[in-house]
Amino acid sequence: MNFWRRPGFWIPLAIVAVWGGVVLLVHQDLMRETAFILLMAVALASSLNILLGYTGYVSFGHIVFFGLGGYTGFYLLSVQGWSLIPAALCGGLLAAVVAGLVGAAVLRLRGAYFALATIGINEAARAFVSNFGPFGGPIGLSINFSAYQKYGGAGDALWYTFIFLWIITMVILLVSYLVKNSRFGLGLMAIREDEDAAMVMGVKAPRAKNITFMISAFFPGVIGTLYFFKNGNLEPGDAFQLNMSIEMLVMVMLGGIGTILGPMAGAVGYQWLRGYLLTSPIFKNLQLAFAGAILLLIILFVPAGAIGWVRHRFRRLQRVLE
Amino acid sequence: MILQVQEVSKRFGGLQALTDVNFDLAEREILGLIGPNGAGKTTLFNVINGVYTPEQGRVLFRGEDITRLPSYEVARRGLARAHQVVRPLADLSVRENVMVGACFGREHHGLRPAARLADESLDRVGLADRADQPAGSLNVAQKKRLEMARALAARPYLILLDEVLAGLNPSEIAAMMDTVRSIREDGTTILMIEHVMQAIMSVSDRILVLDYGTLIATGPPEEVANNPQVIEAYLGDPNLTARLLAE
Amino acid sequence: MLDQLVASLTDGILLGFVYGVAAMGLTLIWGVMEVINLAHGPVIALGMFGTYLLFTHLGLNPYLALIPVAGMGLLLGLVIYVIAVQRVINAPPLSSLLSTFAVNMIIIGVCTAIFSTSPQNINYSLGSLSVAFLNINYSRLIGALGAILVTAGLYSFLYFTRPGKAIRAVANNRAAAELMGIPSGQMLALTFGLGTMLAAVAGGLIATFFPFTILSGSPYELKSFVICVLGGLGNPLGALLGGLILGFLEGLIPAFLPVSWVPVLEFGLFVLVLLVRPTGLLGEPSK
Repeated sequence: MNFWRRPGFWIPLAIVAVWGGVVLLVHQDLMRETAFILLMAVALASSLNILLGYTGYVSFGHIVFFGLGGYTGFYLLSVQGWSLIPAALCGGLLAAVVAGLVGAAVLRLRGAYFALATIGINEAARAFVSNFGPFGGPIGLSINFSAYQKYGGAGDALWYTFIFLWIITMVILLVSYLVKNSRFGLGLMAIREDEDAAMVMGVKAPRAKNITFMISAFFPGVIGTLYFFKNGNLEPGDAFQLNMSIEMLVMVMLGGIGTILGPMAGAVGYQWLRGYLLTSPIFKNLQLAFAGAILLLIILFVPAGAIGWVRHRFRRLQRVLE
Repeated sequence: MILQVQEVSKRFGGLQALTDVNFDLAEREILGLIGPNGAGKTTLFNVINGVYTPEQGRVLFRGEDITRLPSYEVARRGLARAHQVVRPLADLSVRENVMVGACFGREHHGLRPAARLADESLDRVGLADRADQPAGSLNVAQKKRLEMARALAARPYLILLDEVLAGLNPSEIAAMMDTVRSIREDGTTILMIEHVMQAIMSVSDRILVLDYGTLIATGPPEEVANNPQVIEAYLGDPNLTARLLAE
Repeated sequence: MLDQLVASLTDGILLGFVYGVAAMGLTLIWGVMEVINLAHGPVIALGMFGTYLLFTHLGLNPYLALIPVAGMGLLLGLVIYVIAVQRVINAPPLSSLLSTFAVNMIIIGVCTAIFSTSPQNINYSLGSLSVAFLNINYSRLIGALGAILVTAGLYSFLYFTRPGKAIRAVANNRAAAELMGIPSGQMLALTFGLGTMLAAVAGGLIATFFPFTILSGSPYELKSFVICVLGGLGNPLGALLGGLILGFLEGLIPAFLPVSWVPVLEFGLFVLVLLVRPTGLLGEPSK
């Protein structure tokens, strides 16, 4: 396969590989924490991009997969005593199954109706989990510390979690690239441009959308487990935050939907901005307002996002900036 | 018979769009479908290729009942369509547009063979030099050719052409008609809707006339052109039709 | 037990009137310009704060305060339209969803800085009315009455005044309306303003019922989505009907299940309606 040689494939993977490698070498806790947050943002944005960028379906409630998968994985880890990787993968699998079931119905909706439905699903899931005994109801769950012992204590457990997140992020980038440059991906982009015309041309839109939805749900499910394992506790309010969903959208929009580098650039850019606003004395209280203002400016003036704008302006870079 | 439309009726709320439409289409035939605006021609196309499901009647394609199949299933069985209101996939390149046709049509190609087929198809309609441009940047006539190329790349048994000549100047029309004839030479059957009378009368083996959702005439062009009902409903001046056929 | 149920239902239905007004704003904007205003929640909250401030600082009767609050709502809507919506009105729906959400973030951000998140309350109790075994809060009754008046007012405006008819024309077919000489941009701005005005008024009424914070608009925004879909997007009467249904359910469910199940059923119903009959109860069935 000649795409192994294409720069658009290598650049994002190399960036993440080197980044993680550096963090591991330096082996400093604070650097790892920062990198964790950033990689998580990149991974979540990239997962959403698989749905949003390729099919054009806007999910406003995508965080629901993070929450449901996270709860499942955390439950398996803490209450059932599973190890991290199987639990996280199970979390992802549950999220994918929910996406498959719900998607079969909800993906029949278009545009804003679909967006609203995803908000509804997120709220329903949050309300449901608040009532669900095994998941701790409204109080949530706290980590059973023996789960950390399995990895040699909390400190080492956190490093394992980081490594797993690092690997998953690279897998997401790989999957994004493979989908984009496959026949399946061509069908998705046809759906994005004109779903009815795509179907007339033979694209099995319902099935294609459903599969894409499931792929885009699997990864947040895995990541949710990792995040909550790292934090040591979780409650319904944390797991289904609509704001996090919106942030995922903002990150993808900021960087440019439909590209591989876009969500990554957007995630890093947004997190950096957020960090700056939170710590700056002037902007601290107005952090949300400033994030909103930036989002507004992007929507109004640079809707293709940073990478999209660059690709458009400098057409020769299109081969490199995938 | 490659296509058999049997007693098809389609209603939208209070509007009866098609009533009891019956016709057959033989392989390698060019069948022209004419009629006043609003007669139901595009609706009939939509019923045939699965966009709408008729309340009554059946559509048989190569012997199989495709009446209730969704449009993508119909496309996969080798029925392609070029729309009246062009629908390019704007952000994708011209080549990618045609590749969609090749990848998801009858033959189910992978990306590389599809790209080659796409280039052949584009060559045929004269768009080869624009293969890498975004499809949204083409003008209307070029978009119409793109529709055609996309439909052809799917290597269909039957192609539905919906007013592919609209908006074209006389030399473009002549070129398109040559393309239509060459498509038939290659073995594809054609069912086409057209308003440009001279063109459709000259290229079709048979003509169907639709008026208010019912077929009011079928037959060879000369016969249909002289049918008083057709003249009254659509063509207007009987002497004009004689002149059109003479050209 | 039956007494309790009837009391709960009555309360729910009366509240439902006000929910309906809130949703009406959202559905009007959606029906006319196909934009879902994600700043709806904060505008409701601003209505709450506006009424509160006028009451505590100027001693104005909260119900009278609704008039300037309505004016403020209208103006705010015009501003939001010009800043966030006008430019993206013809862009894909995602753009207006995100731009109105950006406005949401801005309003919440600024107001949190100004007002903080401590709850506020309007201490204006009118007592309650006793009917048979029921104790109905006067504030609820006035709220419901207000809602009916507002609905009547809206319909009169839409059907009997020139700008109202122009709005309906634009909703029906924007291009044709422009060809008839209607300045569609202005009409859209006006519609948006009316939508936010309704939201602000609803907020003001809700402020007389419950304590609130700047974040209180959010649950009502979510309720509004559910109501709009129930009643049919674009149909103000449908919004009122949807509001009543929701209020009824909120009164009914706690009698049989713990209160925390209410959101689950609300959103379950929401998704169900979207799937089965997305045009809502009063909308026309789709193909």
